Amino acid sequence: MATNGKTRKKDPVLVVIQLSGGNDFMNTLVPFTSGIYHDARPLVRIPEDKALPISDTLAFHPSAAPMKKMFEDGKVAVVQGIGYENSSRSHFRAMDIWHTCEPNRIATEGWLAKVVREFDPQGTNPLTAVSFGRGLPRALAAPGVTATSVGDLDNYGLMTPIQAMEERAEDLEIFRRMYTPAVGSGLVMDYLSQTGRDVITGAERLKEAPSQYRSSVEYANNPIAKSLRDVARVHTAGLGTRIFYTNHGGYDHHAQEVPTHARLLAELSGAVSDFMQDLREHDAADEVLILVFTEFGRRIKDNGSGTDHGSGGGAFLIGDRVAGGLYSEYPSLEPSQWLNGEDLRHTFDFRGLYGTVLKQWLDVDPEPIVGGRFEQLQPFKAAV
Amino acid sequence: MAAADTALIAHLLRRAGFGASRDELEEYSRKPYEEIVDDLVRPERFAEVDEKLLNRYYPHLMNQDNPGVWNGRWFYRMVNSRRPLQEKMTLFWHHVFATGWTKSEHTPTMVEHIEMLRRNCLGNLRTLLVELSRDPAMIYWLDNCENHSGAPNENYGRELLELFSMGIGNYTEADIKNVARAFTGWTFEQPIPLYPFGHYGARFVYRPEDHDDSEKVFLGQRGRFGGEDIVDIIVRQPAAARFIARHIYNFFVADEPQVPAWSVTPPQDPAAIEVLVKAYTDSNADMRSIMRVLFNSDFFKATRFKRVKCPAEFIAGTIKLSGDHRSPQLGLVALDAAAIVMGQKLMDPPTVEGWHTGKEWIDGGTLTERVNFAVEQVRDPAKPGIQALVARLAKSRAAVTPEKLVDACLEHAGPLEAGEETREALLEVARAGGTARFGTAEERGKAEARIVRLLTLIVASREYQFA
Repeated sequence: MATNGKTRKKDPVLVVIQLSGGNDFMNTLVPFTSGIYHDARPLVRIPEDKALPISDTLAFHPSAAPMKKMFEDGKVAVVQGIGYENSSRSHFRAMDIWHTCEPNRIATEGWLAKVVREFDPQGTNPLTAVSFGRGLPRALAAPGVTATSVGDLDNYGLMTPIQAMEERAEDLEIFRRMYTPAVGSGLVMDYLSQTGRDVITGAERLKEAPSQYRSSVEYANNPIAKSLRDVARVHTAGLGTRIFYTNHGGYDHHAQEVPTHARLLAELSGAVSDFMQDLREHDAADEVLILVFTEFGRRIKDNGSGTDHGSGGGAFLIGDRVAGGLYSEYPSLEPSQWLNGEDLRHTFDFRGLYGTVLKQWLDVDPEPIVGGRFEQLQPFKAAV
Repeated sequence: MAAADTALIAHLLRRAGFGASRDELEEYSRKPYEEIVDDLVRPERFAEVDEKLLNRYYPHLMNQDNPGVWNGRWFYRMVNSRRPLQEKMTLFWHHVFATGWTKSEHTPTMVEHIEMLRRNCLGNLRTLLVELSRDPAMIYWLDNCENHSGAPNENYGRELLELFSMGIGNYTEADIKNVARAFTGWTFEQPIPLYPFGHYGARFVYRPEDHDDSEKVFLGQRGRFGGEDIVDIIVRQPAAARFIARHIYNFFVADEPQVPAWSVTPPQDPAAIEVLVKAYTDSNADMRSIMRVLFNSDFFKATRFKRVKCPAEFIAGTIKLSGDHRSPQLGLVALDAAAIVMGQKLMDPPTVEGWHTGKEWIDGGTLTERVNFAVEQVRDPAKPGIQALVARLAKSRAAVTPEKLVDACLEHAGPLEAGEETREALLEVARAGGTARFGTAEERGKAEARIVRLLTLIVASREYQFA
């Protein structure tokens, strides 16, 4: 459906929200009528009467009411049972696999960095990809690819402690020269040089964003809401950013899952709902797709207080051009079907989801990025 | 002392500590290199940092609940300790055994966790791993308090093997389950309840009734193993020697790929790893012996400026350059805040994997924070570190050529080995001001401003990002 990219006048934009720690899919989209579910999780279950049903068998977590509303409005595609063969239970290995699309070897090139390379092969706009929060995720890292990582959008720039404007401008020019070596001097040094020059270029453009932005939407005071507000401020400034990356941490619920998970899902679904509202207010929603993912799901049985690392998670596509609904299949809860006797068996390969987003939303050939052909979904409305 | 030796000792102190001021370098240089190393690995020869002095000046630094003040105190130690390797090893183990405040929000146990690392940082690895397994902050962080006989929670067992001792590929999933069972009953208690007194320390307890005492198989050995037996088996594994050797190399010698790549990516200097593995084996995992071998090795001495400074090193080293915080002074907590925006919230790594190091410290955001922090520190010519340089130059009473001015500033900031672009840019700035003189107050004022400008550009340079 490459028509998406061609018929709309604005370039499609992808906003990634990474749920770090391994979100518990079974307690996000709950098989609330299943006796097996309730038996497997005597202490970490969502009571049947508290869950927010969307079908006879599935319900959202009670704290995800804004998500349920968006689902009912047809804006949310839930990708059930997402994963890959021999799912890793190590946080960082699993996250690396999601970031690089390489389940069987350690790779260093991120899948989104390869998209940036497609969009901006000469690296002319350091704001093609913007990540909010500390450090750049591996998904956006690859040699020669520039992505901007913004800690604080309201004070972004180099040499800010120099008070005298003229001296600061002069020193910024010297900085640019010091970071422009005539000959390469090693990978890390070259990377550092490129980063330094990109910061200067990016900062010059980015400083416009906060001053232009006005909105009636009041975001909650939590990290993911703050990050999505920053995404809105930069996106609406029209700086050519095609990929935004944000992180929502804390999903590693080995213990005390019930209260913590509820808080996180409330923060997440509230922030996404506010963000979409904000974009609509700016007539800037149509071109935006949100992808929510996590590195793995969690074990079917609880451990008495939380759940251990598992497999078979869930992902979400959210946006005004999404054809909302349930995609793929919920992993079977029948004990005979449990993977290794304790895990959900994945029903859809994550590279197929990436491929769907790449091909049908961003209009990029997925094969070299995800490393092969994988079954895709059809989660978008036909172009108008 | 020859200049080459000063540069070598500066290298040693950047790696085994957090850098050194010129005065400190001169003091160290009175001893031969091997004796300096010996002093470093024997911190007990030197007095501890007097933290009571901080309490007297700034009682807010005793706040039980605010982790920022304790990180501020840690920066004070990094800058002032006469036992620099002790602080550096504490940070090293904190990188490896990454335990975070965020989950518990329990500051006293995190402070004690760091203190536990400090107590054991140069001792035997076996002791350290046992103490780590008994540490309440770790027990809570990786849920060993939820690891019960009959209902094992394998979080600690898995990470003990994967991240703290051997690395992936050296054990099976079944081994993990058995390690988890061996650590059942290792938990903690809090003698003083949270309410109404706030957070007070917790202490380790072993609950035999909650310990799974049945037979276990671990790495091919069979027995009714408890946690200490597991640690005994681990530290004897060649995989542990190799894993710790690679950690040491990555932290003290040169940046390596991130830890997850180690199972498939060979070390960049296999011979160096073999030296460290041998030191581990010869000493039965005695860290003091291993570190002595490391610092006296030719590969260590030759590998300069091959590590991107972590934010703690960057901050503490820059403070040593500016000369601040040599006695109690406001602003310690601000150092913690600076480290956070550079991507390193001490006592609170992002995940149990710890911080990604090397070039991953650097992206557009963190580079901006680093440059701006360092520039801020050298803007004020009245700071002791800058006055020391001014005094050194003024003492010669002779006119200082632009070339000499640049050399003196680079020397003062390291000595830093500047590349061609940096050196050319600095020379151009220096030449525009002509010869520097220190005769009159006016001349001295002008010279100070030029020194500040040069130091600004030096700490903003690419080269300054490396240790």
